[in-house]
Amino acid sequence: MRYERPETIDQATSLLAGAKGKAFVLAGGTDLLVRMKGDDFEAGLVVDIKSISGMRDIAETDEGFVIGAGVPCAALNEHAALHAAWPGVVEAANLIGSTQIQGRCTVSGNLCNASPAADSVPAMVAAGAQAKVSGPKGTRMVPVVDIPLAPGKTSLEKGEMIEAIVLPKRPARAGDAYLRFIPRTEMDIAVVGVGVNLTLGSDGTVETAHVALGAVGPKVVVAEAAAKTLVGTKLEDTALATLAAACSAASSPIDDKRGTVAFRKDVAGVLARRAARIAYDRAGEK
Amino acid sequence: MASIAVSTTINGDEVDFICQPDESLLDVLRNRLGLMGAKEGCGTGDCGACSTMVDGRLVCSCLVLGAEVEGTKVETIEGMAEGGDLHPLQQKFIENAALQCGICTPGFLIAAKALLDQNPNPTETEIRFWLAGNLCRCTGYDKIVRAVQDAAAEMRGETA
Ligand SMILES: Cc1cc2nc3c(=O)[nH]c(=O)nc-3n(C[C@H](O)[C@H](O)[C@H](O)COP(=O)(O)OP(=O)(O)OC[C@H]3O[C@@H](n4cnc5c(N)ncnc54)[C@H](O)[C@@H]3O)c2cc1C
Ligand code: FES
Ligand code: FES
Repeated sequence: MRYERPETIDQATSLLAGAKGKAFVLAGGTDLLVRMKGDDFEAGLVVDIKSISGMRDIAETDEGFVIGAGVPCAALNEHAALHAAWPGVVEAANLIGSTQIQGRCTVSGNLCNASPAADSVPAMVAAGAQAKVSGPKGTRMVPVVDIPLAPGKTSLEKGEMIEAIVLPKRPARAGDAYLRFIPRTEMDIAVVGVGVNLTLGSDGTVETAHVALGAVGPKVVVAEAAAKTLVGTKLEDTALATLAAACSAASSPIDDKRGTVAFRKDVAGVLARRAARIAYDRAGEK
Repeated sequence: MASIAVSTTINGDEVDFICQPDESLLDVLRNRLGLMGAKEGCGTGDCGACSTMVDGRLVCSCLVLGAEVEGTKVETIEGMAEGGDLHPLQQKFIENAALQCGICTPGFLIAAKALLDQNPNPTETEIRFWLAGNLCRCTGYDKIVRAVQDAAAEMRGETA
């Protein structure tokens, strides 16, 4: 295995494109290094992207918040403006692992690892986040939802990497939230995760709603029909009940030791209701 | 595999070492540099026994490549006491009997110091969440949490 630490995106993508055998981007390494220790792991090349300029920065631009692919999740919480604009995305990212893991793990890595239970992904999808993908053919913007394809598989082509995640600008009266269910209080893999993102009219009526579900399918699920049921409501009890039923219906989880199909579907509804309430209250405060 | 030459700073000293591309920082510290304080409990980021600071962030050194610390500042448990003077956390761990076998202790101390450096007056809940990535098989967490609280109070100048 070769280790490279390029200083520009072009160097990184040409290294990745030219690699013989398997090549991996190294961001925080909290998934990759665990895999590396496995007996069946093989790599010709590991490209550490953290020395590329801008990779460790969070920038507030006309597009919104641009989170470099080397930014550890702990830094999202330390960025006051980002935290104020997207508390749901930040709390989802901060649920990943322990303090030690937070010092290294990135949202881009969480996305590219393509685990169905990745915590930051439903929150980013609900937020309408885009991935800035760079490759030998240039740069393209890809909705975050289109990066993972199936467990461990992404839509990135050979030579491509995520340069940054872009969260859109926030209008007034907008709020988001992410909740997950785990059997412990810390350090566990989501049995179900739900991200909700709402914007409200001046009278408190929901104008736009986005809901995404984690760990209830082979990849993040966009619960579009469920989200639509919230539009025009003020999150009355009946609206929340409708949302919960629609989220349960949108879930197609597996049975495993962490939870049964019936349990996961039920929890998807419960968490959606609670996350919607939190997002709504946050939106009302702005 | 081609070896990599790395220059870094460890506990304030400039250090050069050579490592394999897939070698963890933990293995470099222990096997190449003789810094045996950080321990390997799991090797997969779950136990925190290998806790180390890299450029001011608390990390699991088992999940960092040695090659990655080029040009960084690394802090390990070996740098915690100043000469013969124990850090208040170390002193309070002893006084509170917050260790038995001691395998987890360097990790707890490094992690607790990182907490107190940014939050001198944490609540018990904050301490417990911050230390959730540090596992202890023998002592139980109450004594550890109490030792951190005592050290924090002393560092705030509240007790002699
Ligand atoms: C103890 C522990 C607890 C954990 N807890 C959680 C948890 O609660 N929730 C959760 O969701 N995850 C958890 N994880 C998994 C992991 O920490 C996260 O998925 C993390 O976000 C991965 O980010 P990273 O930067 O460390 O990725 P890396 O390990 O660096 O990379 C992960 C994968 O993505 C690829 N990759 C990374 N960055 C890019 C990029 N910019 N472009 C293209 N490909 C890229 C890598 O090649 C690799 O295949 C845990 C892991 C550990 C060890
Ligand atoms: S040895 Fe690194 S976390 Fe357990
Ligand atoms: S004292 Fe033995 S593991 Fe903590």
